[in-house]
Amino acid sequence: MSGGTRLENANPLIFQRSGERRLTATDEDEDVADPIDDREIFDIFSKSINDPEHPLSLEELNVVEQMRVNVNDQESMVSVEFTPTIPHCSMATLIGLSIKVKLLRSLPDRFKIDVHITPGTHASEDAVNKQLADKERVAAALENSQLLEVVNQCLSSRAM
Amino acid sequence: MKGALELLQRVSAHPDARCWCVAWSPSGTLLASCGGDCAIKIWGKEGDSWECKCVMADGHQRTVRTVAWSPCGKYLASASFDATTCIWKKTNDDFESLTVLEGHENEVKCVTWAPSGNLLATCSRDKSVWIWEVDEEDEYECVSVVNSHTQDVKHVVWHPTQELLASAGYDNKVCIYKEVDDDWECRATLEGHESTVWSLAFDPEGQRLASCSDDRTVKIWKKSTLGDGESDSSDESWKCVCTLSGFHGRTIYDVAWCRLTGALATACGDDGVRVFKEEDPTVDPEQPVFFMSAHLPKAHGQDVNCVSWNPKEAGLLATCSDNGEFAIWKYNSDS
Repeated sequence: MSGGTRLENANPLIFQRSGERRLTATDEDEDVADPIDDREIFDIFSKSINDPEHPLSLEELNVVEQMRVNVNDQESMVSVEFTPTIPHCSMATLIGLSIKVKLLRSLPDRFKIDVHITPGTHASEDAVNKQLADKERVAAALENSQLLEVVNQCLSSRAM
Repeated sequence: MKGALELLQRVSAHPDARCWCVAWSPSGTLLASCGGDCAIKIWGKEGDSWECKCVMADGHQRTVRTVAWSPCGKYLASASFDATTCIWKKTNDDFESLTVLEGHENEVKCVTWAPSGNLLATCSRDKSVWIWEVDEEDEYECVSVVNSHTQDVKHVVWHPTQELLASAGYDNKVCIYKEVDDDWECRATLEGHESTVWSLAFDPEGQRLASCSDDRTVKIWKKSTLGDGESDSSDESWKCVCTLSGFHGRTIYDVAWCRLTGALATACGDDGVRVFKEEDPTVDPEQPVFFMSAHLPKAHGQDVNCVSWNPKEAGLLATCSDNGEFAIWKYNSDS
């Protein structure tokens, strides 16, 4: 991992809206659940439990350069693309796994969650993406208490 | 011929956990389920509803991934992420642990009994397939460890009539095994899928093999006969004769071929259950055509992990899901 130099990119979180979000009558209606949109996903990753006033950036850990989020509430799909700064395979898998776990814990069960590496940014992206997409592997990995501890630490740090 | 799937019952079998597998007993009267809560449950019909008859909660320390009944119905095998396979013996309405098969280095993904009842196969993330022999005294012995896959092995299934085994893997391949000179070997490797092959099913006659994959297709493989009529009995040659693509929205986790009707059912990560039927098979056996007879887009609220046809009652189908429930359906081919 490189030393303390900050990345130039001040805002690593980029959102692609899958459709125009216009305020409708149902948004105001208390009895109708709000659809999940990219704002909510942004909040999942930037709010720190300790300091809600300071949205956080993943660049503080210096492991993710950029994260693209695509949300489609109607289809119950969330896609997250992240660019690892570290070429080492296991770190990219761990970051991807942490992002996936964070979303699994935060979103309703109906959501299909896809986490993958930004194409062209990592030598082993196909292998890493395949692991992240395999729910059986992910489930087995999370039953490993040591790995789960590492993931939890990753998520509790201000970077996530 | 348009078919339909009718819901008979939905059961919250493994609350707050995934239900990974459901398996009918050979008599068709019991259903075994297993899941992420490390438990195995046995369900039986009382009147019109399915009730829990037995819970085996202490057999495994981690997720139970697959359960499989012996052909005689007296034993149940369970494969777990704790790297063991447990053999349970049925006595009246209860199941007791008979023995625990150890050896795999990590998660056991699948276990399956051969039709003879004397052989068992298991497979694991450790890339190996183990073949076990059972003797008259209920003693289990590993007779072969085969390492043909280059990655996790997801599924193993025995041929319905011959002593032939097939396995599916994370390496996108399907392997066929036969016993040659007292040792089990891979005799054919079926390539074609573009991603992990999750499950396999032989057709009722054992002439064809269906495979389903993360590449969202189902492939039908047929054993090809060698041209000149004379063939070495250990040669295996299978080729892909049909690919069902464009029907499934996400990973297909399971495929099941009904012994009674020949219908093919799939369990998909898009929450849907689909049934395929073959068009007139006499037209060209080398190029079978399948059509989608029934499609239930939201069979469950989450991924469907397993699909299983009842061996005695035609059209009765069980499925299970990530939301911990299983469902019983009645499939009608003409609705």
